[in-house]
Amino acid sequence: MSNPAILEVLQPGALTTVQDAGRIGWARYGVPPSGPLDAAAFAAANALVGNPPDAAALEITLTGPTLRVERECLIAVCGAAFDVWVGTLPVPLWHAVYVRAGRLITFGARRSGARAYLAISGGIALPPFLGSQATYLPGGFGGLDGRALRAGDRLPLGAAAVRDLAQRAGRVWPVERRPPYTSQPTLRVILGPQDDYFTAEGLATFLTGAYQLTPEADRMGARLRGPSITHRGPTGIVSDGVVAGSIQVPPDGQPIVMLADHQTTGGYPKIATVIRADLPLLAQCLPGDCVRFVAVNLAEAEVSALNIAVTGL
Amino acid sequence: MSEYPRVLPVGETAFTVEFGDAVDVALNRQVHALDAALRAQPVPGIVETAPTYRSLLVMYDPRVSSADAMRAVLLNALGTLTTSVLPEGRLVDISVHYGGAWGPDLADVAAHCGISAGAVIELHAQPIYTVAMLGFAPGFAYLLGLPEALATPRLATPRVRVPPGSVGIAGAQTGVYALETPGGWRIIGRTDLALFDPAREAPFALQAGDRVRFVPL
Repeated sequence: MSNPAILEVLQPGALTTVQDAGRIGWARYGVPPSGPLDAAAFAAANALVGNPPDAAALEITLTGPTLRVERECLIAVCGAAFDVWVGTLPVPLWHAVYVRAGRLITFGARRSGARAYLAISGGIALPPFLGSQATYLPGGFGGLDGRALRAGDRLPLGAAAVRDLAQRAGRVWPVERRPPYTSQPTLRVILGPQDDYFTAEGLATFLTGAYQLTPEADRMGARLRGPSITHRGPTGIVSDGVVAGSIQVPPDGQPIVMLADHQTTGGYPKIATVIRADLPLLAQCLPGDCVRFVAVNLAEAEVSALNIAVTGL
Repeated sequence: MSEYPRVLPVGETAFTVEFGDAVDVALNRQVHALDAALRAQPVPGIVETAPTYRSLLVMYDPRVSSADAMRAVLLNALGTLTTSVLPEGRLVDISVHYGGAWGPDLADVAAHCGISAGAVIELHAQPIYTVAMLGFAPGFAYLLGLPEALATPRLATPRVRVPPGSVGIAGAQTGVYALETPGGWRIIGRTDLALFDPAREAPFALQAGDRVRFVPL
């Protein structure tokens, strides 16, 4: 086989990592799923360029990279609203964009949101670890040497699944299939599993209060600040399983929403779980943005799950 | 709190089956028995399961199984659950350098427990422990079976860095750090065994349900 084409990183941006659909099957060893925080934007980007849904792409956080690709390709950028250029041409988000060999892909100002996903036809083809290319920074594995990208990195690309690159260019991800991003999202939750650890007032506070995203928000979890949620009795539990979306409430009454790089077990009672369909809304929030929670039942959440591409499933 | 076992939704992609809210050998055995039963006869829709001290997290694909169907599967499995057929886990010997630079909190644990450092080592190396779960960070092993005489509270201020292989005590628990992470457990020793080695074919040295014996070096 000839050498793979390379995606070259000229400027890395603030925090750019390789992510695929996630590392599934290792929770029993304490390994979180990782993968994209905004699974909807990630899935749209891969679909636009003709990749399978679990192809590895770039998660771009707050400031974007400058990249050069050696071969002609399709790219799509979905999620946070960045200015993006291919060569000197501005290109739209949520579009399949044709890129000639050697052209620069440059990210500029970010208008809204926190994270964008850049998928490239053929996908990034690094050696998987535990079956996945998803970068898990705290464990130092996955992606490129388990770390964020740096200037000078060279990422091998896989063979494109589609040949008609130029013909596919210009395809648009329908507006109605994009998450309804806002800086004040209402996140749907299913109460529990430990909602009985909270007083009735505590539950009411949780479901009526506005919670601000603090600067302590990363790929592991988002700490929120708002009206204190009161526990009924014990403020701790014997360690129990955690998923992306689990909302832990430590003794201070301030909720923490666990995200893709979450620890797999936790000792704080979990008042509720954010449904998968709404995690992208949280993923695009910035410190200072305000979220609210609304309880839905399982049947309602199931309908949303059937309608979206769910990461890792 | 309601009666155990209870099957509780964790969003629309998982259930947790809680057997209680205690650190307890018999309870943890039930967790492992349900885990083994679900793995022996794979259930359509189940993506993975993760045992903890007192509950089994069952992650499923809601596009393959409805919540109602999954809940029914779990209740049915609970109805026929028996711990008597659960095979004994592998026995893994872990050599430990106790005290000194390897176990900076050994003297504090001894003082707290009102015994000598030597007695702490002797007591800690006596039981055959059970790996209750791996969690917190990749490969971190939570062990059941610490002698009551050794129970010691966590550090008031966690360390920023605990080296991998560190053997610690936190309350009635003992465990081994697999990665360098922050941590508040009282560190009494360290093993050279890499609990997590990405380069190894089986990257994790332990799994939930294994038995562990500490061998002082």
